[in-house]
Amino acid sequence: MTFLLLIEQILNGLQFGVMLFLMAAGLTLVFGVMGLINLAHGSLYMVGAFAAAAVAASTGSFLLALAGALAAAAAAGAVVEILVIRRLYARDHLDQVLATFALILIFSEGTRWLFGSFPLYLDVPSWLAGPVTLPGSIQYPLYRLVIIIAGLVIAAGLFALISRTRIGIQIRAGEADREMIAALGIDISRLYTVIFALGAALAGLAGALVGAIQSVQVGMGEPVLILAFVVIVIGGIGSIKGALVGSLLVGLTDTLGKVFLPQLFGLMLDPSAATTVGASLASMLIYILMAGILIMRPSGLFGSA
Amino acid sequence: MGEIVLETREISKSFGALRASREISLTLREGEIHALIGPNGAGKSTLIKQVAGSLRPDSGSVHFLGEDVSALDTPARARRGLGRTFQISALAMDFTVLQNAVLGALGARGEAFRFFRPVMRDRALRQVAEEALERVGLQDHAASRTAELSHGQRRQLEVAVALTLNPRAFVMDEPMAGLGADGSRQLTGFLDGLRAEAPILLVEHDMDAVFALADRISVLVYGEVIATGTASEIRANSEVRRAYLGEEDDA
Amino acid sequence: MAATRERLINAAILFALLAVPLWAWIADEPFVITLATRIAILALAGVGLNIALGLGGLVSFGHAAFFGIGGYAMGILASHAQDYTPLMEWPLAIEGTRSMPVIWLVAMAAAALAALVIGALSLRTSGVYFIMVTLAFAQMLYYFTIGWPAYGGEDGLSIYVRNVFPGMNTLDPVQFLAICYALLAVALFFTARLARSPFGLALAAARQNAERVETVGLRPFRLRLVAFVISGAITGLAGALYADLNRFVSPAMFNWHTSGEIMVFVILGGVARLFGPVAGAALFILLENYLGGLSDYWQAYLGFLLLGVVLFARGGLIGTLAGREVADG
Repeated sequence: MTFLLLIEQILNGLQFGVMLFLMAAGLTLVFGVMGLINLAHGSLYMVGAFAAAAVAASTGSFLLALAGALAAAAAAGAVVEILVIRRLYARDHLDQVLATFALILIFSEGTRWLFGSFPLYLDVPSWLAGPVTLPGSIQYPLYRLVIIIAGLVIAAGLFALISRTRIGIQIRAGEADREMIAALGIDISRLYTVIFALGAALAGLAGALVGAIQSVQVGMGEPVLILAFVVIVIGGIGSIKGALVGSLLVGLTDTLGKVFLPQLFGLMLDPSAATTVGASLASMLIYILMAGILIMRPSGLFGSA
Repeated sequence: MGEIVLETREISKSFGALRASREISLTLREGEIHALIGPNGAGKSTLIKQVAGSLRPDSGSVHFLGEDVSALDTPARARRGLGRTFQISALAMDFTVLQNAVLGALGARGEAFRFFRPVMRDRALRQVAEEALERVGLQDHAASRTAELSHGQRRQLEVAVALTLNPRAFVMDEPMAGLGADGSRQLTGFLDGLRAEAPILLVEHDMDAVFALADRISVLVYGEVIATGTASEIRANSEVRRAYLGEEDDA
Repeated sequence: MAATRERLINAAILFALLAVPLWAWIADEPFVITLATRIAILALAGVGLNIALGLGGLVSFGHAAFFGIGGYAMGILASHAQDYTPLMEWPLAIEGTRSMPVIWLVAMAAAALAALVIGALSLRTSGVYFIMVTLAFAQMLYYFTIGWPAYGGEDGLSIYVRNVFPGMNTLDPVQFLAICYALLAVALFFTARLARSPFGLALAAARQNAERVETVGLRPFRLRLVAFVISGAITGLAGALYADLNRFVSPAMFNWHTSGEIMVFVILGGVARLFGPVAGAALFILLENYLGGLSDYWQAYLGFLLLGVVLFARGGLIGTLAGREVADG
């Protein structure tokens, strides 16, 4: 029983982790290549979720909804990059923080104006609903399993994109030396727009996929954004590999902590106190993890000092 | 010769495969100017950083006033009396020239955690700062914003800030760079007199200044000291001519 | 020139701060007095942040932590006083209290302690890491207060009667406003002195060039940590006052929007300007009220305004009006 619970929770942690990776990948790419801290990344996650909910409501197709999420988030990302973000690359981090904080306000209010304040619902399609039986007769929701697999496939695709393709070479060159890449005659502003839109699309996809498990509402991107920050601080800013390791670490720590810490304290304290202390501590666990990693490595696990 | 003030004992430092310092042993004695020369990329800056404390050697040790300071950081070495100037000016650019000098005097006094009395009205600090500015000839620029100074004047200010520390030894990284012929001559004269106060470890590209000033010269090539000696000894050294001066003689 | 103009603007702000409530008092407009009180308290939070951000160059995105701690210090002490239950019986018997001065001291001490711990960890990093790490620590406290049921959890904590100050009737809006003004004035005076003190010089130098500070024998880390602690304590005091104004504390005080807003006060007014947070908080609260009256979506307008300030009016309100800052001395 406990073993089955453990497996199930590990899978939940993985599912949470790969979703965080989709968020963190864009953040870390944008920071690594353009040196920009983007608080509005969570808004793109929200845009993806709302687009998916709207498309699903009018067409009934989940796949079209996902495509809509990708397209809407990428388009929103590209527009924002061209109108605002590109003016911020040369600015200090304080200006970037404020301008992207302003973008959050605009995105959130805009979405509320378009869709209202009530949460929307995006249903898991029937062909992905229900449980699936894994080896060892473990019952697990098919949809969550598909998310894990999809997330890992996208992660692999992203690694391949960066290590194998032309644009990946340009991205890596941009990380190493911005002037060099311009000197090579690559259209740097178009490259930046593409990278930003790519990060936005990944965030939008994550929003749509999670939107089918939770409700779709204004502000849904903010908690995820802050977790994604924790992820890239742990993994090292600019490192895709760090983002993946950090995501899985945070996803597993958070999920397992929330389930097992109260049980652990239950061995020592009376049940209600154990639940209280355990739950409070579990909600702080990933931050404690982050603090611990920063004490040992101030620039994260895979960050360059 | 005077007592040894500053010394490196077989310090080595590598960055990956690049061996920037190879068992470098140097001494700086009371009353002397010891110049460190070498082609670009020879590892002069890496050595200076290890002496000043911003970089730890992989092996070997640094001694200052008879104490092993290898484990001490830059502030601790500064406190013990190591006055450093930078190749690329490290000044508070938004400050006035006088504020930069007062900062030095404040650091020397070691009482930065005072929260209430206006620092620029502290007579004692101002006096130290103004004297130092006067010695390098910046007294007329005391109220200028540091960012508005020429490169040469920034160098002079670096020296002035080091003076406010009343150091027991100076480590100067290319103080002549950016100075015109006049300024260079002036600073040469100034450093000439300064060595009586505290010895100077001098990294410099201006060979006229080096050969005019230095009591001893060490030549660094590929992270290794290939020769140490007086100006005439260095001029006569065939290895030095080949590795370093040779390029200039050919021209 | 620019310095005199900034002094004129500061005087004008001071005048408005005093004249508007005076008029409201005479004209019996309690709402305006409450508005002025909010401005004073939020400005105080901004004055705190400005020490870290403006003087120290430390872009803390986690000052909600200190604001919230100050708020909860008030909430916890006052709730024990109103329930007549001891705060703690072992190892020390500690009672709750309704005395404002005691609450302020506790709030500042608790916020300073938190700033010491958060600062010691966060200041190991710099740049964008520092921003994210401070944000994350504040968020940690946010989730902690939501999860901790003893003091209301997610619902927060109501205090039924405003706390007391010897010799004053704090329930009278004007008298409470006077208390808040006095504290803001003290904080502004302290900040002005701090900026010109030896510590202020060393801190400003560390902001511009850490290597320079090390070379004269001072440690940037210590300077920054002390600045962060002072900054946190002042923002903590503002949190305690804010809780007293609303007679309510909730985890929302810890939310990252609070951090963002405190930062917005400082930026709207002008970073490192003495009166920047005051001008910024006043502008923010007035906009919130008037735009909020015009449209449900007023925050979108605020967003556009903020974007405009960042992209086109660097230096904020005071910077735009007074011109470039001039070095002192």
